[in-house]
Amino acid sequence: MTITVLLNGAKRTDEVQADTTLFDYLRSHGCLSVKCGCETSNCGLCTVHLDGKPVLSCSVPALRADGHTITTLEGLQEEAAEFGAFLADEGAEQCGYCSPGFIMSVLAMAGELKNPTVEDIQAYLAGNLCRCSGYQGQLRAIQKYLQAKGGAKR
Amino acid sequence: MYTARNYVKAENLAQAWELNQKRANAILGGGCWMRLGKRRYDTLIDLSGLGLDQIEDREDEVALGAMVTLRQLETSSILEWNFGDLFARCTQHIVGVQFRNCATLGGSVAARFGFSDILTALLALDCRVELVKGGIVPLEQYVTMDRDRDVLVRVLVKKAGSKPVYQSARNSQTDLPTLTCALGEHEGRYRAVIGARPQMARVLEGDSLESLLAQTKELPYGSNMRAGADYRRHLAGVLLTRAWKEMEVKQA
Repeated sequence: MTITVLLNGAKRTDEVQADTTLFDYLRSHGCLSVKCGCETSNCGLCTVHLDGKPVLSCSVPALRADGHTITTLEGLQEEAAEFGAFLADEGAEQCGYCSPGFIMSVLAMAGELKNPTVEDIQAYLAGNLCRCSGYQGQLRAIQKYLQAKGGAKR
Repeated sequence: MYTARNYVKAENLAQAWELNQKRANAILGGGCWMRLGKRRYDTLIDLSGLGLDQIEDREDEVALGAMVTLRQLETSSILEWNFGDLFARCTQHIVGVQFRNCATLGGSVAARFGFSDILTALLALDCRVELVKGGIVPLEQYVTMDRDRDVLVRVLVKKAGSKPVYQSARNSQTDLPTLTCALGEHEGRYRAVIGARPQMARVLEGDSLESLLAQTKELPYGSNMRAGADYRRHLAGVLLTRAWKEMEVKQA
């Protein structure tokens, strides 16, 4: 079966199987930032943007992405680097395994929520698990990033 | 993870229904739960091309398409206007935003999950489901019907004026619920729903908190890795009392 997608700004057409997940499709096409952390649709590591919305690529069939726009961390390197600097400043990058999915969620949140409170941020990111469990550093980094962008409440 | 040989994006509901008559086939909602199983499907039926991802504000009801995502339910201004924060409350603890952008209303309702927050909330409202062959049936009847291979099209939620409240208990924030509770009121008559017992949600009706509390004690509860039956029975009273107090505050 054939799908045509706009992947990180480039249109491409590929053959996929009926049960290929978007996760496997993206990994097999060089998007190695997309990682699997749980196999239970729970951890948020495989988060990508489908038409601008964060989704779990491990749960979306690749065929459902046909005709849609997919963005992974590889397609948002400038934005990711900008936020990554705030993470590093807070020592919150830690082992880094969850960072790609986490950053994709933060960038989606920055676009979706206006002036989020701490509770809003925590609720939005509840689906991104960090095995290092350094959530406080991540939270500080997000607040400082959003303040720098002009939209976060203390 | 499931496996499948074919994938058909249905062109119309008749085709979806026809394909779904074969036991080896299945309708794919968000796929979040299906992916946890290891079933081998012949054909996955995708309803995403049928415009069922809409929340329609009709004259006396709100129509929720089967492919509406849980995130849509959570953030819909139409639902907030008509039913208060019920839908936001019943969805906000379900894993995370990226999960709720995938999981669908149809997946939750058609599967009649015992742990479903959505079913608990919907049963507190006056809801009907629209099926391809079965027509329109009350949700309360649908959830007790033997499972057939009909296709859920929409959930129709009557605008009744009342705004039910929602409570749930979880061992950790994004876990499946240990118990869920919704409470609505219509013309002095109260409707309480207790779900995740861990069996499917059950509706109780009464005219006072005491009468509802007495009924919660009689409900069957089960034990699983999240909680024991006795704990759930106790928790039902706690959540119902909290919901009652919350409703009193809202009505005041």
